[in-house]
Amino acid sequence: MTELIFALAVGILTASGVWLLLRPRTFQVIIGLSLLSYAVNLFIFGMGRLRVGAPPVLETVDAIDPAQYTDPLPQALVLTAIVISFAMTALFLVVLLASRGLTGTDHVDGREDAR
Amino acid sequence: MMGLVDHLIIVPILLPLLSGAVMLLLDERSRILKGGIGIVTTLVLLVVSIMLLRLADMAPAGSDGSGVRVYPLGNWPAPFGIVLVLDRLSALMLVLTSVLGIASLLFSLARWHRAGPRFHTIFQLQLMGLNGAFLTGDLFNLFVFFEVLLAASYGLVLHGDGIVRVKAGLAYIAINLTASFLFLIGASLVYGVTGTLNMADLANRVPALSSGDAAFLAAAAAILGTAFLMKAGAWPLNFWLPTTYAAASAPSAAMFAIMSKLGVYVILRLWTLVFGPEAGVLAGFGGTWLLVGGMLTIVFGTVGILASQSLPRLAGCSVLVSSGTLIAAIGTGDEAVIGATLFYLVSSTLGIAALFLLVELVERLRDPGADVLAVTMEAYGGGDDDEPQDDEIGVAIPATIALLGGSFIACALLLAGLPPLSGFVAKFAIMTAMLKMDGTIVQASTWTMIGLLTVSGLATLIAMTRSGISSFWARMDDSIPRVRIIEMAPVLALLLLCLGLTIGGGPAMRYMEATTQALRAPQGYVTGVLPAARSGSAQGGGL
Repeated sequence: MTELIFALAVGILTASGVWLLLRPRTFQVIIGLSLLSYAVNLFIFGMGRLRVGAPPVLETVDAIDPAQYTDPLPQALVLTAIVISFAMTALFLVVLLASRGLTGTDHVDGREDAR
Repeated sequence: MMGLVDHLIIVPILLPLLSGAVMLLLDERSRILKGGIGIVTTLVLLVVSIMLLRLADMAPAGSDGSGVRVYPLGNWPAPFGIVLVLDRLSALMLVLTSVLGIASLLFSLARWHRAGPRFHTIFQLQLMGLNGAFLTGDLFNLFVFFEVLLAASYGLVLHGDGIVRVKAGLAYIAINLTASFLFLIGASLVYGVTGTLNMADLANRVPALSSGDAAFLAAAAAILGTAFLMKAGAWPLNFWLPTTYAAASAPSAAMFAIMSKLGVYVILRLWTLVFGPEAGVLAGFGGTWLLVGGMLTIVFGTVGILASQSLPRLAGCSVLVSSGTLIAAIGTGDEAVIGATLFYLVSSTLGIAALFLLVELVERLRDPGADVLAVTMEAYGGGDDDEPQDDEIGVAIPATIALLGGSFIACALLLAGLPPLSGFVAKFAIMTAMLKMDGTIVQASTWTMIGLLTVSGLATLIAMTRSGISSFWARMDDSIPRVRIIEMAPVLALLLLCLGLTIGGGPAMRYMEATTQALRAPQGYVTGVLPAARSGSAQGGGL
């Protein structure tokens, strides 16, 4: 059941992200990228297999039973990915604002569609 | 345990990071000091990477892992700790990066480094990201270095400001963020299936996968491959590339010439390592896709070159042709072809970088007056008017036109693949190797590839001749453009390097062949990185 909900969440986030990414407004694009990054981060987390109630950090030094613990590596990867995608989103936001200021429109092509 | 020589491996990453950090502390106005630090750093990088190249070349390539040098970070052994790996291929790319770095930096010192803040720091971080990506032996670490170099490249694309750059930069950043997400999905899928992110360990575990897991790994490899092909500029994921490269300032664009080669490098490295002949069901996975994708990229690039109305765009499209040739040739999976391809990689990267630098100088022929205005706006529009205005950029030397024209012809010969420069040697070597590959009966794909190589060369020649005539012969006025020696020297140096590559074609080709031999025997890489793999003991899945 957890797996199903988890998979649905990742799928819905990705689908919404891709849809927004293909929209013409820069703000929609940045929200789309954010949603995609949430989906990707969840996906990385899921790749360590879903475990309930298992700590990722080993507590004792002797007699370690790996079955008692969850895989800590994907969680470390997620942390790195979160930091990087956060920084990149911030940078993209700056460029977005610069583009808005220079072109006077929030269209991704820098000009409105001819209607 | 480790000698001082072994620590050389990490220098190409640490040195630019340190000098970039130091320059961050310096005042923005002390440009001469910053330029000096930048030049010294890149010079040291060049020396170090040449030393590393000799180091990698000394070791015999064998399946006992002797041709690979490993630098365990934090002294953790390979599958658990992150390692840097030096072999012939990565050493070659390091040298290429530092050569381009020094050429672009010298060029930028004439005026471009004044066009915006923090240019030198961003430039050093770009070098750090590139070097790290070439050296790392870990999939996730590769992602981190990719992000470092991409973040720096966003800065370089936007360097100099202006509406064209911001518009191109917006698309460029969005594309690369999406590619990074694909990279992450692929990398985590690889971890989920095999329980490792170390490239050598991955190659070790692939043959033992069950058929269900192998399908997952194939999906992961396809997603990863898409991300790398986006960076390499393979059709249909390359519409951003000519626009972005043409919009970027000349030194940045010259630096980007190696960035698209990074995608090609990663594909070459991972594909030969993980899907080599020992990979069982997955051996040679996706080779046809690479071949066909590469060919389509050549077609797209060729059409783009013919359709280009401006020189920067033409240069951007020739990046596509070069990438396409590399990807298609890698897709053949033949040892001799890949060896010739590496030679082509070096030659075309140097040629394209020279062209990007040259294009800006040639553009000055068109409208010298507008150029001075543009310089003034670019250099002093940023709000810091601390330096005295000098509109006189460079001295008008009568030989300038001759030098520019000569370099332009050399670039055209290089990219079109005509004798006597190294472009010809490279293309000729690829064609010969492809004809030999099939034996007596030559396959249709080989003929297509040879035809495409010839046609793309012809198209390059036509387009270059056309723009050469309009730039040099059909000029409106007879004024001589002002070009600084410091701007001309990097172009000439890059072209001379290509000439050297032609004259020293034998030793260069021998090095490339040794590189390919090592690539075709991935077991050497695996045993070099994982000492435990020699005894054949397998670690359990995951941690």
